[in-house]
Amino acid sequence: MDMKVSKKLGLKERYTMMTRDLAWDTTFQPMDKVFPQVGYEGIKIHDWDQWEDPFRLTMDAYWKYQAEKERKLYAILDAFNQNNGHLSVTDARYMNVLKLFLGSTPPLELMAARGFSMVARQMVGAGPRVACMMQSVDEYRHFQTQIHSISNYNRFYNGMDEFAHQQSRMWYLSDGKSFFDDAITAGPFEFMVAIGFAFEYVLTNILFVPFISGAAYNGDMAAMTVGFSAQSDEARHMTLGLECIKFMLEQDPDNLPIVQRWIDKWTWRGTRKLASVGMMMDYMLPKRIMSFKEAWEIYFEQNGSALFNDLARYGVKVPKCFAQTIEEKEHITHQSWIGFYMKPDACPFHTWIPAPDELDWLSEKYPNTFDKYYRPVLEHFDKQEKAGNRFNNKTQPMNCQVCVSTIKFNEPGDPMEMCFRETVYKGEKFHFCSDHCKEIFEDEPEKYVQTFISSHAALQGKCEPEGTDVNAHDYRPGARMHAYWRMDKRASGDFNGSEDQKNFAQWRDQATKN
Amino acid sequence: MTLLKTLAPYDFPSSDAVENYKGRQLLYVNWERHRMFSRPFVLALPPETPFAEIIDKHMTDCFSYHPDWAQIDWSKVEWLNGPRPFTPDRDKSLADNGIGHKDLIRFITPGLDGIAGSGY
Repeated sequence: MDMKVSKKLGLKERYTMMTRDLAWDTTFQPMDKVFPQVGYEGIKIHDWDQWEDPFRLTMDAYWKYQAEKERKLYAILDAFNQNNGHLSVTDARYMNVLKLFLGSTPPLELMAARGFSMVARQMVGAGPRVACMMQSVDEYRHFQTQIHSISNYNRFYNGMDEFAHQQSRMWYLSDGKSFFDDAITAGPFEFMVAIGFAFEYVLTNILFVPFISGAAYNGDMAAMTVGFSAQSDEARHMTLGLECIKFMLEQDPDNLPIVQRWIDKWTWRGTRKLASVGMMMDYMLPKRIMSFKEAWEIYFEQNGSALFNDLARYGVKVPKCFAQTIEEKEHITHQSWIGFYMKPDACPFHTWIPAPDELDWLSEKYPNTFDKYYRPVLEHFDKQEKAGNRFNNKTQPMNCQVCVSTIKFNEPGDPMEMCFRETVYKGEKFHFCSDHCKEIFEDEPEKYVQTFISSHAALQGKCEPEGTDVNAHDYRPGARMHAYWRMDKRASGDFNGSEDQKNFAQWRDQATKN
Repeated sequence: MTLLKTLAPYDFPSSDAVENYKGRQLLYVNWERHRMFSRPFVLALPPETPFAEIIDKHMTDCFSYHPDWAQIDWSKVEWLNGPRPFTPDRDKSLADNGIGHKDLIRFITPGLDGIAGSGY
């Protein structure tokens, strides 16, 4: 008797059966009651079946593939740790890149995971729901693997152990937190433009270049491997973000102005968030890959222009902030580093003045601006530090109501002047770092009047460590910020003279000398 | 007009309304063309605080680290409240100087442009 063998499913059939075939339309309740979020933002979708799945990955294949990657990752982490890999990095200053990264990025990956799982529930079509679910799992994995790879350093270096506590309290982490809080409290389509498109597609390379290549350049195999592992998911994320934009624009012409406003808003918010990433490239990596300016030219100006040329057929224009970001690429990393350098007590990582050869590198990379505006003050700081008078600005900052950056960027066209913008809403004054942030506020003031600004909250007495007696006669709101932040004193201050510096030198000597 | 769209009524108070400061108000201070300080600083003070206290205490504490501070010719100093020029009276209070909650005082010292004239 002949054996009847059923035909193996093709990839496409298999994908259909494992995704769209599992979805159904509700009948006990109308669909618009089950999926109310897809309607209220004003985006009109006529036919969810028009969504083209940009990649055909089923959940079972996803598990298999990711498990394989993670086995490799943890094997490398293990080998790195057993060989005291931390002593093979270029210079102990490099650890501060990890501290800044650990404090700011993994908690945001977690927010992205939450956001994508919400959108996966809110979307109607099975295609986008499955894709968002997978991206949510990706983001959760990135959150975990980043912490695992960096936490190994925690045994040796100061200032890494309170990143989760600090995420929603620390002044300089408020900008990233506000970025994701804004996205996650928007509707599903705006979230997709914010994170799926503006961040993942337009700006993500700027984040990955300094982190992954920076890790590789500076001998950190552990962080480099995590980066590579995450980056292979990013290609999928970028395709999803782009597909979502195209889908919205193809569905109805009324969607264009809404989508354009979101692109303008989120490209700007992402750009502001990347100022501190650029600072890692120009100031914090002992061995530099390229300047932030060069990265911006390749990844934003060139690649971004090509992308927006491609989208022009849908009527999409380059983001409104495009020209301003090109002018600012010459300035923002220097302005950011000065902003951190002057707060040695208020960051759980060290800062320093670049060595003379590093200042020369900056002069060469920034011929239009560095010697004219930034080198003199950095050399002045250096002299003061060597004379025992290291700069320490003990005041509390003023922040932008929208991006929550400290207000430290220059007036467009005039690098010597600070840029200030203000508006009055319901009798209260609000301040911004730029025209773009002011416009974002004015479009939705009800949302941004709620912004958490750490210095303001402190002055209201809302940032007190446990056990503070607010009725004590000498109580001053915000006087115990360090305890509230759980700052490790050993982790703050100038790199010169720090415990990390001493330990690293001693351990490395033990590893290489008799 | 707001572009905010929501599924339910959406009405939340401002985080930094003056009522939250228990009789104080926020004041921001910036020294123009002295960007060494990176950004303006913020204070919470009662509206009856004399303006002299802003200069003699808060500005001096922060800004005297800059070598230009000692060079200031106080007869030439100019002031802005946000974008608008104004002339503060040292002996009057913030309120009597027309300075309200969340006002930004910008302090201009003509002829002094920071370290090596860099604006820093």
